[in-house]
Amino acid sequence: MSPKPLVPAIEGWHTMADKPHLIGTQCEQCGTYFFPRQSDYCRNPNCDSTDFREVELSRTGKIWSYTNACYKPPTPFVAQEPFVPYAIAAVQLEKEQMVVLGQVIEGLTVADLKVGMPMELVLEPLHETDSDIKVTWKWQPLAQ
Amino acid sequence: MSNEIAIIGVGMHPWGKWGHNFVQYGVAAAREALADAGVPWQDVKFVSGGATIRCGYPGYVAGATFAQALGWQGAEVNTSYAACASGSQALAAARNKILSGACDVALVIGADTTPKGFLAPAGGYRPEDPDWVRFYLGITNPTYFALYARRRMALYGDTLEDFAAVKVKNSRVGSKNPRARYRKCYTAEDVAASAMVADPLRLMDICATSDGGAAIIVSSLEYARKIGKGNAPRVVAISTVTPTFASAVLEMPDIATDSAAAAGVEAHAYRASLPIKAYEEAGIGPSDIDLAEVYDLSTALELDWIEDLQLAPRGAAAALLRAGDTALGGRIPVNVSGGLACFGEAVPAQALAQVCELTWQLRGQAGDRQVQGAKVGITANQGLFGHGSSVIVKK
Repeated sequence: MSPKPLVPAIEGWHTMADKPHLIGTQCEQCGTYFFPRQSDYCRNPNCDSTDFREVELSRTGKIWSYTNACYKPPTPFVAQEPFVPYAIAAVQLEKEQMVVLGQVIEGLTVADLKVGMPMELVLEPLHETDSDIKVTWKWQPLAQ
Repeated sequence: MSNEIAIIGVGMHPWGKWGHNFVQYGVAAAREALADAGVPWQDVKFVSGGATIRCGYPGYVAGATFAQALGWQGAEVNTSYAACASGSQALAAARNKILSGACDVALVIGADTTPKGFLAPAGGYRPEDPDWVRFYLGITNPTYFALYARRRMALYGDTLEDFAAVKVKNSRVGSKNPRARYRKCYTAEDVAASAMVADPLRLMDICATSDGGAAIIVSSLEYARKIGKGNAPRVVAISTVTPTFASAVLEMPDIATDSAAAAGVEAHAYRASLPIKAYEEAGIGPSDIDLAEVYDLSTALELDWIEDLQLAPRGAAAALLRAGDTALGGRIPVNVSGGLACFGEAVPAQALAQVCELTWQLRGQAGDRQVQGAKVGITANQGLFGHGSSVIVKK
């Protein structure tokens, strides 16, 4: 049996490359970044642009804060059985001046994390279906 | 011209997990508030309800639902939905009606029946809904509270013991509140022994969801004088401002903050902006405040609020707590109702419950929880999707 294909858990939110990026948009007029993407109206109150270009967001940043999930979240989350707690990091992207939340890769705990720690974006499975493996972005400490 | 209205009656159905229809709680709270005001139901010309989104159509039209339950008598109705600030928006609607001269006396009311366990979003595959996205990716409400708590630890040196001390403080005073759901006095050891939910927050650091109902009878100052309640506490400010772009603090249910990368755009913190308009509207400052009821969705969040209300410099709330300043009998008591720690959250009723507590305190009717000489109180809360409020009540 051939291995299940890897597909994004949410279509079009990140590239599938080895060094993946989140896919956002940037306002052509004022330069504001949006993630998730915003292509219809600029939310900067000083800007009424409707022109956006797709951009790959910085794939590294620094931890703004972090925590973990000790209990299984409700659906639509699809939990492994038995449930394995996972760490979560909110990471500040310097260029975009925004904070993006995500799980931290499997195997790390809050004890491995610190506010200000450099992190990079990677892909890891979120859950499996009968036909494929849904992957999503996760944060991992940046290799020094 | 005065922007003030009088609080002439308050009432609450006790918080709990009673499992009854939410309308029942609202009616009980309304009847208590009407009796407290000494106003016949037929004299109420405006019913302003906070909506509940968990109880079907009657919850979406809560103002009408309560008006029907109390007996249709022709009053105009309004229903406000503003997440945790629903009660304050309903109060603001009543204030507008009264100040415009369209009515003399109004009922503001909110009640909820909450399901057991986690609050889950609607189903399907809906990536356009940030609430769906974050649950799908494994981000629950305690995640956000924990991120704020961890940041306090990293930036200001707050400790797990500080967070537990908030719970101990609130449970001690909440144990004296007959309307609170949790009335046990917890110790720091109890908190430390409770299960870790979202590090650094344990089960006892995080508020539960509850059933409950709260109601307030408000009137013009003239009407209050006419019925012999000229000295009733007054609502002197209601702030329900939305965030200012770029909102730089990660807010539930978002997966990312606004970007502050554009020229001329600065990063803003929403919570701290809420009381600013309230202070301006009331023409007073933080030093005038005698007590505060703040939205302690977590123990650590109470410390954030103390700084957002400018009752302490940024980073100094834990020092205030350690000195006993925020306890009953302290310099600036916070959450003498027991707070959400003792109540649990009944969303459309909670902002009104905060005002009820201030009213009893300012009347000197808070019994064992009484803040001596209280003249000015402030509330603060924040909910999903850019909703929040801060109300100032003055004697």
